[in-house]
Amino acid sequence: MAPPCIRVTDLGKRYRIASQRRPDTLRDLVVARFRRRGEAPAQGEKDVWAVRNLCLEVNEGEVVAIVGRNGSGKSTLLKLLSRITEPTEGRAEIRGRVGSLLEVGTGFHPDLTGWENIHLSATILGMRPHEISRRLPEIVAFAEVEQFLHVPVKHYSSGMYVRLGFAVAAHLEPDVLLIDEVLAVGDWGFQKKCVEKIAALVRDGRTVLYVSHNIPSVLHLCPRAVLLEAGEMVMDGQTVDVVNRYLQASTPAETPLSVRSDREGDRRLRWTGYALLDGETGQAIPQVRTGQSLRIRLFYDSAGSQSLRHVHVAVGIYGTFEQKLVHLSTDLTTGDFDELPSSGAVDCEILRCPLQPGRYTMNLWTTVDSELADWIQGAGAIEVVPGDFFGTGRLPQPGQGVVVVDHRWSARA
Amino acid sequence: MLKGADIKPVVVVAPARGAFRVGLPTTASQLRLVSLLVWRDLRVRYADTALGVSWVILQPVLLLLIFHIVFGRIVRVPSDGIPYPVFAFTALLPWTYISQAVSRSGVSLLTDAQLIRKVYFPRLVLPLSASIGPLADFAVSSAVLAAMMMWYRLVPSPRILVLPIFLGFAVLAALAGGIWLAALSARYRDVRHLIPLIVQLWLYASPIVYPASLVPERWRVLYDLNPAAVIVEGFRWALLDRNLPHLGAAIASVFLVAVVLMSGLVYFRNTERTLADVL
Repeated sequence: MAPPCIRVTDLGKRYRIASQRRPDTLRDLVVARFRRRGEAPAQGEKDVWAVRNLCLEVNEGEVVAIVGRNGSGKSTLLKLLSRITEPTEGRAEIRGRVGSLLEVGTGFHPDLTGWENIHLSATILGMRPHEISRRLPEIVAFAEVEQFLHVPVKHYSSGMYVRLGFAVAAHLEPDVLLIDEVLAVGDWGFQKKCVEKIAALVRDGRTVLYVSHNIPSVLHLCPRAVLLEAGEMVMDGQTVDVVNRYLQASTPAETPLSVRSDREGDRRLRWTGYALLDGETGQAIPQVRTGQSLRIRLFYDSAGSQSLRHVHVAVGIYGTFEQKLVHLSTDLTTGDFDELPSSGAVDCEILRCPLQPGRYTMNLWTTVDSELADWIQGAGAIEVVPGDFFGTGRLPQPGQGVVVVDHRWSARA
Repeated sequence: MLKGADIKPVVVVAPARGAFRVGLPTTASQLRLVSLLVWRDLRVRYADTALGVSWVILQPVLLLLIFHIVFGRIVRVPSDGIPYPVFAFTALLPWTYISQAVSRSGVSLLTDAQLIRKVYFPRLVLPLSASIGPLADFAVSSAVLAAMMMWYRLVPSPRILVLPIFLGFAVLAALAGGIWLAALSARYRDVRHLIPLIVQLWLYASPIVYPASLVPERWRVLYDLNPAAVIVEGFRWALLDRNLPHLGAAIASVFLVAVVLMSGLVYFRNTERTLADVL
């Protein structure tokens, strides 16, 4: 059997954090020199392990997602593997050319044209000149910047900039690709294109380590995932399971949907988890503010691999005393889904959350081809905190209703 | 399949051992990166200026004009019997290179901090390309000097063939200073503001606006340690038939540059390990 493509052994990275301020000026240095010598952290400093005791083996052609909350060490791990920063202990071996995609537009200079920046960025990322010339037309086509190729990128729209940056990196063709969060940028159409491009790289047999908060793309791309918590690996397994554990950890005191048995329906579609996202940034949020745009993301899978037809989804939102407050339903607005892939996620977007501060629960109701597929009561919780719904900074007093409605006043003679 | 896997390079990520493992850019791709960054700096420096690349000629010529008026006409600094503009320009030529190379490579890690945080390459590439870039300005200024010497009907001696040795020494001296300053300025932000002062001080400690013959004998030993003095004297010797720099002075300053360069590489290497964390 071939040796693993990536082998990480007891990898650790320690940061020394000064609690007051960093000794970054000469004066601090002079003071510090008299104060301390040696390894132990001085007063006012503490050691933080961003990554520790990490062991991981990835075989050639495997695609592994790294999930975890912010600060769990995901980005540090990628930085260590791409040699941007040195580990404090342990080691990692990677077979083959490593390409890291930790930002979009690495090395771009605003004063240079698109064409020049392609060459610059590609060289910085390790592409050879003949590879660059061979791939140039493809890169330009992918980024859709043909007419602006000889315009300085500072005149580009942010969308064009991001497209060009991703296009360069996506055409690197390394053996091992390390990707961090790049899909968090760009419009939805481009994000989709990026996921497809990564999927194509995966099909080519490249080994990929993928860090993202974009759970659907993780589910879509990676059969295997590892979960990091506070710098240590707490789970390594099938992505669906790992993502569920991750989502469960981010909404404490909930039984994950995937293991709930108190549900009804034939499970042709089965809800496996949910996430509350900020509707504008797409970031997962622990709480929603009144008036904030909210995206409820519902993850699902199904028994077979065929796509699902005529899917109707409804979300009921309930208050403290189980009274139903809001009914959100596909047939009321966008229409039922004609076709859904066999697994993935659906999003329900609420432009301005109309709920007063408090805790609410969600029921999920789903039919496939008019047959009840999955019905879960108390499937999830929504924690709402005060927000500026009316643009006046005011909300009704507690007890003055549960839902807020936008309204205007005027006077007549 | 197995065969293919066997020939693949293995990248090892581990804490570096030993201070002397200097990450020199040696592979073809890293050298390409150096040349590309040199090109980028040249391309970007005069982007969006009305006069564009003409600034490469204008800068030394304007500086020369100022020196000519202040030191040649008003203060009347002796110039060892050579027309003052030529006297000053033969020195300004290497000096402009050294000062530009040192100040640019001195802040090169800060300038490209974004790059350091996001992609791996031997960090030495940055001060290296920053010290190579000003050679382009040097080439243009050389043409200006050639024109000026023709105007004054000065014919250079065959010693001009030795000039590249002094130029090479200038590159090494600039690199030695630049590497130290680059690592220091990344660690301690104050250093960035010290660099222009250091360069200014260095200018007055070198025989650029005045001849070395003005320096009192008792300061001479210290003065001779200054590699810029040896380089400038060397340029004047090769181009204008002036006195050869003292052999002792030359050896001393070569030794000094070697020590500074070597220690700089070690210090740089030590800084490099945590660079992405402190920038």
